[in-house]
Amino acid sequence: MSSPNQNMRSKAETTESPIVRLLLIGVALVFLFLFLVLPLATVFSEALSKGFTTYLNALGEPDALSAIKLTLVTAVIAVPLNLIFGVAAAWCIAKYEFRGKSLLTTLIDLPFSVSPVVAGLIYVLIFGAQGWFGSWFEEHGIKIIFAIPGIILATIFVTFPFIARELIPLMQAQGSEEEQAAIVLGASGWQTFRYVTLPNIKWGLIYGVILCNARAMGEFGAVSVVSGHIRGETNTMPLQVEILYNEYQSVAAFAVASLLALLALVTLAIKSAFEWKHSREMKKLADLPPERPY
Amino acid sequence: MLPGFKLTLGFTLFYLSLIVLIPLSALIFKTFSISWDQFITAVTSERVVASYKLTFGASLIAALVNAVFGLLIAWVLVRYDFFGKKIIDALIDLPFALPTAVAGISLTALLTSNGWVGQYTEKLGVQLAFNPNGIVIALIFIGLPFVVRTVQPVLEDAEKELEEAATCLGATRIQTFTRVIFPSIAPALLTGFAMAFARAIGEYGSVIFIAGNMPLVSEITPLIIIGKLEQFDYAGATSVAVVLLAFSFMMLLTINALQTWQRKLTGAAL
Repeated sequence: MSSPNQNMRSKAETTESPIVRLLLIGVALVFLFLFLVLPLATVFSEALSKGFTTYLNALGEPDALSAIKLTLVTAVIAVPLNLIFGVAAAWCIAKYEFRGKSLLTTLIDLPFSVSPVVAGLIYVLIFGAQGWFGSWFEEHGIKIIFAIPGIILATIFVTFPFIARELIPLMQAQGSEEEQAAIVLGASGWQTFRYVTLPNIKWGLIYGVILCNARAMGEFGAVSVVSGHIRGETNTMPLQVEILYNEYQSVAAFAVASLLALLALVTLAIKSAFEWKHSREMKKLADLPPERPY
Repeated sequence: MLPGFKLTLGFTLFYLSLIVLIPLSALIFKTFSISWDQFITAVTSERVVASYKLTFGASLIAALVNAVFGLLIAWVLVRYDFFGKKIIDALIDLPFALPTAVAGISLTALLTSNGWVGQYTEKLGVQLAFNPNGIVIALIFIGLPFVVRTVQPVLEDAEKELEEAATCLGATRIQTFTRVIFPSIAPALLTGFAMAFARAIGEYGSVIFIAGNMPLVSEITPLIIIGKLEQFDYAGATSVAVVLLAFSFMMLLTINALQTWQRKLTGAAL
């Protein structure tokens, strides 16, 4: 082989020829266009297919408004509870060694692998009319299944691991030296968490909350099992979408769906911003000289 | 020793038991109240068995498609630069963020005979909505991010030196990929595949709109559970749910094992 050829080869040794590259990028983009961009565009195009006024009117329907309200209420209760749990779980898993830790971590992930329909079913088995506690609650006039408490419980279940699983690896990577130092210097446990840990995990926390919130507002299967589909009362936004769609009110269904799609887009934007900031901070750390002058 | 261990562990165990463990054990206990014959009849009736075949078959095809295209997309995102790459990278997570019911109705609108895609495939004689084809498409949508997001970080960390060495030793680019790169990302690819598969088995929201839901033809297993619940057949619903749950546990263990394997591989390479 002649030497110019040799040169070309050494340049190309860890990448592909331009044609192969273009081809691979092309196939990937076509696939993503068909499977991600088109469905997303469909939501907005269908929602606005009868004009903007019809769109706004569909969103102003009392049933739609009450669905939006219920979805917000559910998220406002479910997300903070899972946030407290996520911080507590991450603190004990990341900062201490104890037996059964890996089992605990696996159990926290469990709701992710359970089918949403099964998640709804387990609450029906406990709180339903024939369930374990169903008759007790009925005697005391408390409705859980086919009512709002059931919806909130099912939502908490399916969004259970989101914040914990963002925080656990983050806090494990950070170690506990900074907290130890704060304690030695006389800070209380709460002060240590508030002024040392919290600033360090801020971004992971926001990230986890955003993901948890997106799922809480969008959950369909589990909520559908426990809701009972009472119009204007126990319909969340995804359930309202289903009802409208099955009644052939396509524009109205897609109007409500478009709000959820917007929520998804905002979630993705915040997620990307977080990752961008995170990688910049990592790069800054890596750029520091190896021996840091303290 | 940092303070708060007992408090946080105590709360973690309390909340975990209250929300996850006790409700799940309710399902197991409910199963014990069902007689063996009743259980077998419920989980092996013709309609239920047809739903297993459909659910597992469609999930397997979808996960395989995701494995191939997910690997390709991860590769393109890590190795090449092109216009709009950052936006595309962000968009990969759309199926995680978009509520499943929204995905369901929008895929259906896209694929029916007057939809943007459906009108063309119909001319070719291929019907995509209201049959098992639609189920596979919905499951591909749902599972895509799993493969991309598990393979992407491993590809990013892969050492270029190994590839350079392979090329210096005379390997072609394809040989380098199949013998050097692929083995190092295989566990991650399998993990992503298993996650997409497990998710697809339990998926409900995105599928029911597009499936057509014909008994024996296009009725998925989670829908069977809903159907039994609507007829107040709690024993039957529980029996089928236990089958799904047993499968979920198996997949969870498999995925954990695969992740350990990947960590060992990358750990050994460092």
